[in-house]
Amino acid sequence: MAAKTLTIDGKQISAFEGATVLQAAEEAGIPIPTLCHLDGVYDIGACRICLVEVEGVAKLLPACTTRVREGMEVRTDTERLRNYRRMILELLFAERNHVCAVCVSNGHCELQTLAYEHGMDHVRYEYRFPKWDLDVTHRLYGMDHNRCILCNRCVRACWHIEGAGTKNVAGRGARAHIISDLNQPWGDSESCTSCGKCVDACPTGALFKKGATAGEMAHNRAKLEFIVTAREKKQWIASE
Amino acid sequence: MVIDDLNAIAEAERAARKKYTLRCCMAAGCHSSNSVAVKKALEQAVKDAGLEDLVEVRGVGCMRLCCQGPLVQVDPDGTLYEKVRPEDSASLVGTLKGGTTHVQKGDPNSPFFTEQLSIVLANSGYIDPERIESYIAADGYRALHDVLREMTPKEVVDEIIKSGLRGRGGAGFPTGLKWGTVAKTESAQKYVICNADEGDPGAFMDRSVLESDPHSILEGMAIAGYAVGANQGFVYVRAEYPLAISRLQNAIKQAKQRGLLGSGIFESPFTFNIDVRIGAGAFVCGEETALMMSVEGKRGTPRPRPPFPAESGLWGCPTLINNVETFANVAPILRKGADWFASIGTEKSKGTKVFALAGKITNTGLIEVPMGTKLRDIVEKMGGGAPDGAPIKAVQTGGPSGGCIPAEALDTPVDYESLASLGSIMGSGGMIVMDDATRMVDVARFFMEFCMDESCGKCVPCRAGTVQMHSLLEKILNREATAADLQRLEELCQMVRDTSLCGLGQTAPNPVLSTLRFFRSEYEELLKKETAHNGEPRAAIR
Ligand SMILES: Cc1cc2nc3c(=O)[nH]c(=O)nc-3n(C[C@H](O)[C@H](O)[C@H](O)COP(=O)(O)O)c2cc1C
Ligand code: SF4
Ligand code: SF4
Ligand code: SF4
Ligand code: FES
Repeated sequence: MAAKTLTIDGKQISAFEGATVLQAAEEAGIPIPTLCHLDGVYDIGACRICLVEVEGVAKLLPACTTRVREGMEVRTDTERLRNYRRMILELLFAERNHVCAVCVSNGHCELQTLAYEHGMDHVRYEYRFPKWDLDVTHRLYGMDHNRCILCNRCVRACWHIEGAGTKNVAGRGARAHIISDLNQPWGDSESCTSCGKCVDACPTGALFKKGATAGEMAHNRAKLEFIVTAREKKQWIASE
Repeated sequence: MVIDDLNAIAEAERAARKKYTLRCCMAAGCHSSNSVAVKKALEQAVKDAGLEDLVEVRGVGCMRLCCQGPLVQVDPDGTLYEKVRPEDSASLVGTLKGGTTHVQKGDPNSPFFTEQLSIVLANSGYIDPERIESYIAADGYRALHDVLREMTPKEVVDEIIKSGLRGRGGAGFPTGLKWGTVAKTESAQKYVICNADEGDPGAFMDRSVLESDPHSILEGMAIAGYAVGANQGFVYVRAEYPLAISRLQNAIKQAKQRGLLGSGIFESPFTFNIDVRIGAGAFVCGEETALMMSVEGKRGTPRPRPPFPAESGLWGCPTLINNVETFANVAPILRKGADWFASIGTEKSKGTKVFALAGKITNTGLIEVPMGTKLRDIVEKMGGGAPDGAPIKAVQTGGPSGGCIPAEALDTPVDYESLASLGSIMGSGGMIVMDDATRMVDVARFFMEFCMDESCGKCVPCRAGTVQMHSLLEKILNREATAADLQRLEELCQMVRDTSLCGLGQTAPNPVLSTLRFFRSEYEELLKKETAHNGEPRAAIR
């Protein structure tokens, strides 16, 4: 495979042809924040947190779906990007009901972590306080729509790692939400294998193991990566 | 089918013409004001008067002046009757024998008609959209024949490039360039899609073309298929257009029966089939990547581009996607030549554009004008201004992705670049005229509500940003907003424009940005004065 050279934030790096800007940056130790990206499943460019500036391109491009090009000049940390990322985070916090203090994922939540990292100490937008339900019909797991950021990671994990196809998205716009099978209680789902991969994929406390109390619920993302690497590369290696 | 057969059909059709023709509009506008009954009554009246050998009653497509429908026009003298009722038919037919009628007459020599230049709508209002023979008699399928028998695919692409045709679906992308890309992408399977989703509120150009001249779309798609190397086409139409769907399906059936679709068209090795796919009416499904998801039977959500459909589209195959009106220009260009087409319009915008003229305007209807026509000529001369003579305040083009052009700028010519420089877009052709009673913040809120409801919900800036922008606009309209809120709104506009995944989100702020640009004082007048004691925005504690 041919290699490409490019610069990210002024640093000269090389990357495999076909690699995404996100992969190239990761390898070069340059952090780019992500939310909808999940190692092991394909990217959809939905959360827009990973947007970067590319010299000569008018539009901002998602690092997770943009392929490297020879001579590309990428900037990942400009004033404008930081500002927009913060706004995206604020929009997410205002959109549903994220009450971190009582959340099972408190301390292990990617949304919360990003908010800290971006100095998001308050939200400038009106909280919507939508009424969303809790689905605790599954024997082992629960889903709290109030904490869902619609990153779609659970859907992709369920379809492409587990292959069950239980999770999906229904509805449009602010009414979009994650469903099980044909929008029935998770516990009634005939396709769900109870594998828990969706729970491990979830960046927030929206999907959780039953019985976990505030702050207890850590998701095991590494397990998903392990399974995908094993399947695709026939390598059974646990990542650090 | 060979060329002689085509000629024979055309000749037979012309030979069957009678002394008089009563053309009766059967497109949706007149259809919904009872034109089906009018046509029936006219047929009966002709029978009753014993004039069957002299008079043909022909159902035709849109005759443009929709607000005065049902419309009936008489050939050969061109008398135009408006608001025709079934009970008028006897007197109307009577005029052919020297009688008189009280039916309201329109003026076919008014600027509304004479300022039009028809390429896309050339057959609309003349041919019977339900009979392929009628289209063939108007030189239909001749271009397809010539292309298949006399031109290489590359020559076809070159001709389209030379014509300067640009996409009529909104963005104005050069059509020939797109065709060339699909043609050059190697693949055993390629597709052609006609985008007939037409989701802009107030727009009905594409619907009218499909209802009035469906074969022109089939012919354009088949030519495109030959040029890019595709053997399968899809027309994606919204379910809200039942008449357009049934005429399309009827046209496809007839074209197949005549061997003008299917395998070995005009005894060439070229095979091309077209199927109709019906959309459930989500605005976002007009966006090309979402549309293709929907055709594949999946949830209609956009995906990042690249890859563009030309490289990887339907089922991963190279796919050409063009708008209805774009395809309608294809056969005329190949029949009359790229130079003829390029001689019409402006330097960068060639040909004509169809607009659906609506809102506070006397002559509501469909117009086709050369690119470069001044907005003022469209609104004042052709449209006749506001019905009660009220001053025009602004013209909205481009629907929810477009902007409001203030009356001061009415001398702007309609072409892609000029409209863009005013912060609007050509769009697919909706043109809504507003008089001085219109509050611009209301307009902005209306379109924002539309985008909010139609957002697919995939990306955060559009899904959550439109909700916040909408609520800020409501707050302004309720006189509860402060200057800080307005600033927040502007910041959000920029952010949603720059960060959204697809065109819906990227252009959703346009109606706000353009009204802020030209009518900022209307926003400011609605702001609450910051209270002396703290100046804190009260939003959070409402
Ligand atoms: C939200 C959204 C809605 C759209 N709706 C339509 C539509 O209804 N009809 C259409 O032809 N193009 C629509 N487009 C543009 C298409 O994505 C595409 O650019 C177009 O069909 C290409 O055809 P053209 O090159 O002939 O213009 C829409 C784009 C967006 C972002
Ligand atoms: S537990 Fe497994 S099968 Fe069930 S929804 Fe989650 S990922 Fe799908
Ligand atoms: S449930 Fe979790 S993983 Fe699924 S979309 Fe919501 S936040 Fe993402
Ligand atoms: S911009 Fe809006 S419509 Fe487009 S992908 Fe994002 S949420 Fe969906
Ligand atoms: S991580 Fe790239 S868009 Fe979400």
